[in-house]
Amino acid sequence: MPKKYHIHVQETPNRYPKIGRSGIVDWGEGCLKCARCVKYDCVYGVYKDRRFSSDIFGDTIDELCKSCFRCVQGCPKHLIHKTMNPEYEALGDALYTPEIISITWQQAESGKIPVSGAGYGGAFSGPGFDSMWTDMSEIVRPTRDGIHGREYISTVVDLGNRPDRLEFNEAGNLITQTRPSVRLPIPIIFNLPPFGDFSAEVWEAFARAAGSLQTLMFTSRTEALKLSKKYANSVVPILNAGESDLSGLDEFRIVEIVDSANSIEAMQKLKALNPERLVSIRIPAISSPENIRRAVEMTRAGADVIHYVADELGYEPGIANGLHIKDIIREVNRELLSEGLRDQITFMASGGIAMAEHVIKGVLCGANLVGVDIPLLIALECRVCKNCREGGECPVTIASIDPEWGARRIINLIGAWHNQLLEMMGAMGIREARRLRGEQGRVMFMEDLENDTFAQIFGSR
Amino acid sequence: MQYKNIWSEVPPATVKETPSRFGNALGKYSIIVSDACNDCLKCVAVCPEKVFDAQGTKLATPRDYLCLGVSCSKRSDRCVKNCSQNAIRVGLNPSAKALGDKRWTPDLLISNWHMAETGKLPNSDIEYRIGDSKGGFDKLRFVFPKQPPKPGLEKSSIDTSILLNNRADDRHKITIPIPVYGGGMSFGSISQVTMLSRIRAFAAFGSFCCTGEGGYPEALYPFDDHIITQVATGLFGVREETVQRVKIVEFKYAQGAKPGLGGHLLGPKVTEAVARIRETVPGSSLFSPFPFHSVYSVEDHKKHIDWIKAINAKALVSVKVSTPSDVDMVAVGSYYAGAHIVHLDGSYGGTGAAPDVAKKNIAMPIEYGIPKVHNFLVNEGVRDQITLIASGGIRTAFDIAKAIALGADGVVTGTSELVALECVRCHNCESGRGCARGIATTDRELSGLMELAWGTQRIINMLSCWRDQLQEILYRLGMSSIRELVGKTEVLTHLDYTSEIPDDDIRQRKS
Repeated sequence: MPKKYHIHVQETPNRYPKIGRSGIVDWGEGCLKCARCVKYDCVYGVYKDRRFSSDIFGDTIDELCKSCFRCVQGCPKHLIHKTMNPEYEALGDALYTPEIISITWQQAESGKIPVSGAGYGGAFSGPGFDSMWTDMSEIVRPTRDGIHGREYISTVVDLGNRPDRLEFNEAGNLITQTRPSVRLPIPIIFNLPPFGDFSAEVWEAFARAAGSLQTLMFTSRTEALKLSKKYANSVVPILNAGESDLSGLDEFRIVEIVDSANSIEAMQKLKALNPERLVSIRIPAISSPENIRRAVEMTRAGADVIHYVADELGYEPGIANGLHIKDIIREVNRELLSEGLRDQITFMASGGIAMAEHVIKGVLCGANLVGVDIPLLIALECRVCKNCREGGECPVTIASIDPEWGARRIINLIGAWHNQLLEMMGAMGIREARRLRGEQGRVMFMEDLENDTFAQIFGSR
Repeated sequence: MQYKNIWSEVPPATVKETPSRFGNALGKYSIIVSDACNDCLKCVAVCPEKVFDAQGTKLATPRDYLCLGVSCSKRSDRCVKNCSQNAIRVGLNPSAKALGDKRWTPDLLISNWHMAETGKLPNSDIEYRIGDSKGGFDKLRFVFPKQPPKPGLEKSSIDTSILLNNRADDRHKITIPIPVYGGGMSFGSISQVTMLSRIRAFAAFGSFCCTGEGGYPEALYPFDDHIITQVATGLFGVREETVQRVKIVEFKYAQGAKPGLGGHLLGPKVTEAVARIRETVPGSSLFSPFPFHSVYSVEDHKKHIDWIKAINAKALVSVKVSTPSDVDMVAVGSYYAGAHIVHLDGSYGGTGAAPDVAKKNIAMPIEYGIPKVHNFLVNEGVRDQITLIASGGIRTAFDIAKAIALGADGVVTGTSELVALECVRCHNCESGRGCARGIATTDRELSGLMELAWGTQRIINMLSCWRDQLQEILYRLGMSSIRELVGKTEVLTHLDYTSEIPDDDIRQRKS
C-alpha cells in the first residue's frame, strides 16, 4: 500500500476583506438611544468587531454578519435592515457564482471542508455537473469510512501510455519494454488559467503549491523556463501548435503539445531526445467526430496523455450552446473503450472544474484526472471580474502576492478538495481513485432518473 | 393543592394566536408612517388585516408583516388613499430579500411564520406551496377537477390518518391522525426546549417525533408514547431501557443530507449536558461512523431488526435509509428483514451539520426515490404490507400531498418545525454556540431565547394549518381519505412535461 497521502493545511487569512452575501443598512436617524441597544446583544459580536478598512474604503460589518436577523427584528424603531449586497450579487459569472467564489475563499483560508447547518439550499438541478448525482452505498454494498482516517482511501493516479499486455519470451523473460510513467497522489493538476493577473510571484506560488502537493502545473513554455529549476519536476511546459524548436526542455519530465497536424512528429522528436519523458497532447474539447477520434489516433501514436480542454465555463470552446465537458468526457471515454484502448492511455480533462465535486464527477464520466484553473486564482482572492483580460487593474492586486502566502492558500484549497474527494468516495464505497474512472455504476444522470420516474408518469418532455 | 406540571402534559391541538418572539416580525412588505401622521386612525378602520392598531389615542407601530401588499394599499378604500396626511408608504421589505435560499424562499419562510402565528394561510400574494429550486416538488402541480367535488363530501370529516403497521403481526397497530411525524433531531443538534416543542406538538395531534441519535433525555419520558427512539451508527445513549420505553424504534442507516457519512456534531456544541446523555466527553467533536459496521448484507440487517424486536416485543421497527440508485432493493430487503416502516430520506434533507459537498451531490432527490420504491414494492407484491414514509426536502402541506401522490403513505418533516420556531435558514447551526435564534443550540443563554409553551403552540398552529390544507386538497380531488391519494400520480402534472401551468392555489382570498 502506498504511503498515506496527507496535505498539510494551515490557516492563511485573506489580505482583503471578503465580500459578504448581504449588507446591513443601519439608519442612525430616529434612534431612541435605548439603554440596552440590540447591537450589544449580537451573538457574533459584529457591531463590536466592525472596523473601517482602508483596503475597501468601507465598513467590514458585511463580512462579519452571519444574517441571524436578530438586530433587524429587535430594534424598537425598525432602524436596522438587511439587503442583498449588490457587490456580492455581481461577483463572478455563469459558472463561478458568488456562492462558489465565497466558499472557495473560505477553503483557501482554512483548508477545511465547508460544513454548514441546515439542508441543501440550492437549485434542484442545473446545467453541466449539476445534472448528475454520485451514488452511495447502503446496507448491501458497504461504504468506506475514509474521512477521519478510519479506512484508507487512495486518490493516486498514474500518467503514461501503458502496454495493453505484457509479453514474455520462451525463457520466461519479460520482453515488453517498460514505458515511463508519472504517479500523482491526487487526480488533480493545475491547468493553465485562461486569464489572470500574473506575475513571477504568482507562477512561483503555483509551482510551490504543485511541488508540495506532488502534482503538476501546466504553463506556457516561456513561463516554465523562467521558473527556478528546482520546480522542474512539478512544471509542464505547453508548446504552441506546430512549434519546431524543442530545445531547452531537458529538465521537464512531461511536456504538453497543443494539437496540430504535426503533433505526432513533434512527440516523436521529444521522445527521441529523452525516452523517459511523457508527452501530453492538448486537444480542444469539441464534440466533432474527427476531434473525438483524435484520442484514438494519439493513443495509437504513443502519446502518454490526451488532454481535452473546454472553455473557462466548461463548454465546447468557440461553439455557441456547445456541449458540457462532462458530455465530451463521456464521448471520448466511449470512443477509447470501443477501440479497446481505454486502459492504455491517460485521459485528462480541463475547463469548468470549479468545485471538488466536479473532480469526482469528471472522473466518473471517464477521465483519469482533471485540471483545475480559475479556482487557483480564486484561492488568491480573485473575484472573477476578468478586468485583467483587458489589461485592467486587479481589485485584489494578485500580481503582488507573496509566493509563500499564495502557495499556502492553494495548498489549503486542494487540501479541502482532497478531503471532499474522500467523503464522496467513501460514500460510494470506492477506495481507489483509479477505480472511479468511468464507473457508471456509481453515478446517476438526471436524464436517466427522469426517464425512469417522471417520464413513466407524465410522458415525454 | 396538588402540584401539577403542565409541561409534562400533552397539550390540545387547537390553534392559538402566537406572535413572533422577536420584536419586529419579518414580512414581505414594509410600512413607513411619517411624522406627518396626525393619529386620525382612519387606517385602523380601513385595513382588513389589522395591520394598523391604536395604542390609546395614538397609532401603534404598524404590524407590517400582516400587510397584503402594495396593490392592496393603493386601493381607494385602503390605507394609503385614505390617509389625509399622505403619511403612509408601503413597499417591499428590503430585509425579506436577504432571507432564506432557493429551497426555502423568503415567501415560503414568511408564509410558514404566518401559519405558525395564526394557524391560517396568509391572504396576501405570498407563495406558500413551493420554493424556487426549479425542479422536483417545485415543478409539480395538482390538477384539480373543474366539477364540484363528490356530493356529500364534507371537508372537515375527510380522513387524514395513516396506519403505521401494515404487517399481520401482533405488534402495536398504530394509526396517526395526520400523515406526518417529526424526523430525528438529536439533543445536541437542537436544544431541549426545541426538542420538547416538537414532541409536544406532534403528540397533540396523536402523532410521533423522533429523538435523533443523541440519546433520550429524561425530560422526554412523559411523552414515551409519542416518541420514536433512534438507533444510529454512533449508538449514542442507546440502551435496552430506552428501546423498551417507546412504541416505534428507528434504525438510521443513512441520512439524506449526508448519505454515506455519519452524523456530525462539532465540539463547541457538545456541552456538559449533551456529553452526559451521549456518554462522551464535553467539547470533543462527534463524528459517527459509517456505516453500521455490523451490517453488510440483508441478512445482517434482519439480525439488527430481530435484536430490537427481541428487546421490545410490541414496538414497530422503522428503517431510515437514503436514496442510492438501488434504494428499491434496500427497501424490499427491509421488508423481508421484517421492518414495518421504510423511511426514505432524500438527498435534499435537513441536518444540523453536514459537508456542503454531501448535501448537494450524493444520492438522488426524494422526488425520484418515492415512485421508484413505490412501484418496485407494488411489483414485488408487498406494497400493502409495509408503510412507505418519505422525507428530505418536504416543506409544505403541498409537498406532503405531492409525496403521497407519488407513492408514499406519509412523510417526515423537520426543518418546517424549526422555521415555525422562527428559523431564518442562515445555515449557521453547526458552529460555535450554535443557532443565534436559540433553536439549534445547546448554549444555555441562547436556548433561553425560547419558551416551551410558545414553541409548542407555534408548531401546533402550523400542523393544524397543514391538516386543513390537506383536507382542502383532498376535498377538491373528491377523496374522502388521504389513503386514496397514495400513488395517484394522475392528479399531478409536471411543468417540464406540459405547456399548461395549472393554478393549484387553494386560498379563498379576500378581495
